[in-house]
Amino acid sequence: MKLTREMLGGTPLKENDFDQGKVLFYDDALRTAYNWDAGVAMGKFLAGLKQGKILGVRCRKCRRVVTPPRMFCEECFSPIEEWVELKDTGVVDSFSICYVRWDAGRIKKPELPAIILFDGADHAGILHLLGEVDPKDVKIGMKVQAVWKPEKERTGSILDIKYFRPLS
Amino acid sequence: MAKSKVAVIGYGVSSYGSLSPEVSYKEMMYEACSKAYQMAGIDPRQDVDSFVTASEDFNEGTSIFDEYIPDQMGGMLRPNQTIAGDGIQAVAAGVMQILTGRFKIVAVEAHSKASNITDHIGLLHFATDPAFTRPLRAHPYFLAGLEMRCFLSASRNTEQHAARVAVKNKNNAMLNPLGVHSAKIALEDVLASEPTFSPLKKLEQSKPADGGFCVVLANEKMAKKLSDKPVWITGIGWCSDSYQPERREMSWPEYARLAAEMAFRQAGIPKQKNAFRIAEIDDTFSYKELQHLEAMGLARKGESGRLLEQGAFDIDGELAVNPSGGSLGCGHLLDAGGLFRLVEVLRQLRGEAAGCQVKDARKGMAMSWRGIPTATAAVAVLEV
Amino acid sequence: MKRVAIVSAGITKFMRRAQETGRELSFHAANMALKNAGMTLADVQCVAESTAPDAFDGVHMNGEYLSDGSGGWRKPYLRSYVGGGSGVFVTIHGWYQVASGMFDTCLVVASEKMSSCHPHPQAAFLNIFDNFIERPLGCNLLWIFALEMNRYMTVHKIAHEQIALVSVKNKKNALDNPAAQIPEKITVKDVLNSEVLAWPVHRLDISPTSDGAAALVLASEDVAYKYTDKPVWIDGVGWCLDTAYWTNKDLYYPRYVEKAAAMAYKMAGITNPRKEIHVAEPYDPFDYKELHHMEGLMLCGKGEAPKLTEKGVTQRDGDLPTCPSGGLLGVGNPIAASGTMKVAEIFWQLREEAGERQVTRKCQTGLAQAWGDLMQVGTVVVLRK
Repeated sequence: MKLTREMLGGTPLKENDFDQGKVLFYDDALRTAYNWDAGVAMGKFLAGLKQGKILGVRCRKCRRVVTPPRMFCEECFSPIEEWVELKDTGVVDSFSICYVRWDAGRIKKPELPAIILFDGADHAGILHLLGEVDPKDVKIGMKVQAVWKPEKERTGSILDIKYFRPLS
Repeated sequence: MAKSKVAVIGYGVSSYGSLSPEVSYKEMMYEACSKAYQMAGIDPRQDVDSFVTASEDFNEGTSIFDEYIPDQMGGMLRPNQTIAGDGIQAVAAGVMQILTGRFKIVAVEAHSKASNITDHIGLLHFATDPAFTRPLRAHPYFLAGLEMRCFLSASRNTEQHAARVAVKNKNNAMLNPLGVHSAKIALEDVLASEPTFSPLKKLEQSKPADGGFCVVLANEKMAKKLSDKPVWITGIGWCSDSYQPERREMSWPEYARLAAEMAFRQAGIPKQKNAFRIAEIDDTFSYKELQHLEAMGLARKGESGRLLEQGAFDIDGELAVNPSGGSLGCGHLLDAGGLFRLVEVLRQLRGEAAGCQVKDARKGMAMSWRGIPTATAAVAVLEV
Repeated sequence: MKRVAIVSAGITKFMRRAQETGRELSFHAANMALKNAGMTLADVQCVAESTAPDAFDGVHMNGEYLSDGSGGWRKPYLRSYVGGGSGVFVTIHGWYQVASGMFDTCLVVASEKMSSCHPHPQAAFLNIFDNFIERPLGCNLLWIFALEMNRYMTVHKIAHEQIALVSVKNKKNALDNPAAQIPEKITVKDVLNSEVLAWPVHRLDISPTSDGAAALVLASEDVAYKYTDKPVWIDGVGWCLDTAYWTNKDLYYPRYVEKAAAMAYKMAGITNPRKEIHVAEPYDPFDYKELHHMEGLMLCGKGEAPKLTEKGVTQRDGDLPTCPSGGLLGVGNPIAASGTMKVAEIFWQLREEAGERQVTRKCQTGLAQAWGDLMQVGTVVVLRK
């Protein structure tokens, strides 16, 4: 049984067809909000951010330090009890130069998302943005440091860190 | 087909309540799974071959929620999947995996963080048909009101009979540590409660609760090796009727009849009467318990209300129906409801249902309905 | 354990399908699959459905909404879900439904209607990221692919030109696929000159979002020959989900694809995948992903996939034809349906029914693989005729 175009359906349409009401559709938007319980691990991490600290946890059995914190070790399944304060410096594991917003709109000044692995953690880090750097100077392996919002402006959010900039 | 040779060798329930602010969903899952693995005497990193979670993205507020399941179940870098369905449907997936002969132990999890959803009704509205139902802009529970009216007029059951379900279940829940919506209420209280989606009244609607559940399934060989109290799943069935309410028979839930028929056939149960000692079945709305009992053949058509009145479904009755208190007593748990009911049956059959223990419970069934606006149910038959 | 075969397949054209609802798309593909097997709904004992994020289709509990169109009426109907891996995973799901002995036949349906999401389906991907520490950054799905592509290229010192060859190949292959959305003849230069979206990702490195559905009919060995004289056996299945903490691992290699493949190869008795797999459909939402996955599937060593592509090994007339369908790059990417499309393509290839797309070499064994989540899921099926 070979496929032919006729079997497969579909009518080519243009934007105009929608504007002119040739296609019937119904609009709806989900209006709901979620209040997620931060719980122990994330709650403490966010509280740490408010204080200008990057917190991690240590699995005693695996002997590894990771962040973002979690109350269980995904490798050995043991509960995790130990908290560690990490430095707010790290290394760029990968990065991108992005000219598109999350909703597909274009931006002139690109954003620089990156994975930053923290010093003191065992190949563990977070997604964040780079700043105060020319996109063409960014390299994998570059050492960076967090730039924090002033204490009064911090709310216990990942945005308490404005971005990471190259370590001078 | 020979009787299913899959057993539950462990279960776990996390901390439970109408709210759960101290824990994130990950921590809730870790707690339920850890307890289940401990009871089963296994290490998930070595012994579990596959992991299944029942979840729906919008209930979690995260798209592709399956991304976030493996770590706290012990399933990292192992086979994991979600079933966008009820907890008992997720158990069915686990049972089938074991019956292929290629998986010895499967962990199944489901949880509810209903308290984290600020607008349940907006969410349910979003589950209804975009072209035909949503434009009505009616509160989705109108479907329950319509269905209740159809059911009551088609059967000989009355509003009083339906209200008695709420009385039984909320009172039963007083004896259950999970009975967060328990209440020592009487028939008059329910009948006098505010009419919401007439003939449905406020006290006949279950309210949300938070909690996490995990069960460990094992094949026959592993079950006999690891457990001294295996509970055998001898039958499991599930079914969906038409998604369009206009195309369903509103009085008799065909989805429940067919799901039960499939499970009972597998379990080799010729007549439902006297087949079970306990039945944990959906009571999201009071009348649903009666409707489901009749559809599944646990009561003759039109007789469920009268039998309920006579005490046939009390904890010490012929067939204990929702001795746990059901959703009306313990809370509506979204898609984790089925797993909650299954765990309640497990506790009963293992003699661990302190407070609401049914005597001589050797065979039971758990049945779930996915709730408004679905016509989907799943049924499991369990035996020791 | 019962051996399970695919006896029939169906598909819709992948394009914006504004005139059909998701249900109608499901019906189109499911109906085609049933007709090709000479079956009616009465012959279908259960249904396995797959549809990826509900946010695109704009219906909570989308599986319930699609059930009537997928043949689920008054049947045991179950929806499984592993993000982008769902299209191949649902085949595995159908497999275990039949292999368990509980059912003799299973209708597998995958459907996606991404165009429902306004202003652009890409926006729905914001919610796949961590609710606490990632979403506030305004994440973009492109970020995570760009980060992975950068890491892959840097660790193995691969040039963009080498990667672009995949996009050129697949879009060209798609010219012979009637279901394809935007098949076209492009060059490596076209890819490199196309707009930079999230460096190193350019526009022509990416598959287009789409609407579409695909379906398969599975049958146990007891009944397969009732429906076809050329059943294609599901001889190996594997799936694996990696940690949600994707920033704690090295993205240059998809270890979860390797584990899924190892599971499938073990079941299929395959010890030398490069020689024993004759045609492959790895998941290619971006061109570099085909290479990334080929390595994860152990079809070549780490960092070697670009060389195979350059040598023409993965062309239709090559020794290991890869994405002969045109892949997601050429055919389109309606998330769940695209994986099932790949399974259907291997099905048609093994039965020598792929028309203009038929690969030159003789094929006994084929493979389809899908990927999903935050660089986490590998789902693999090995098929044999």
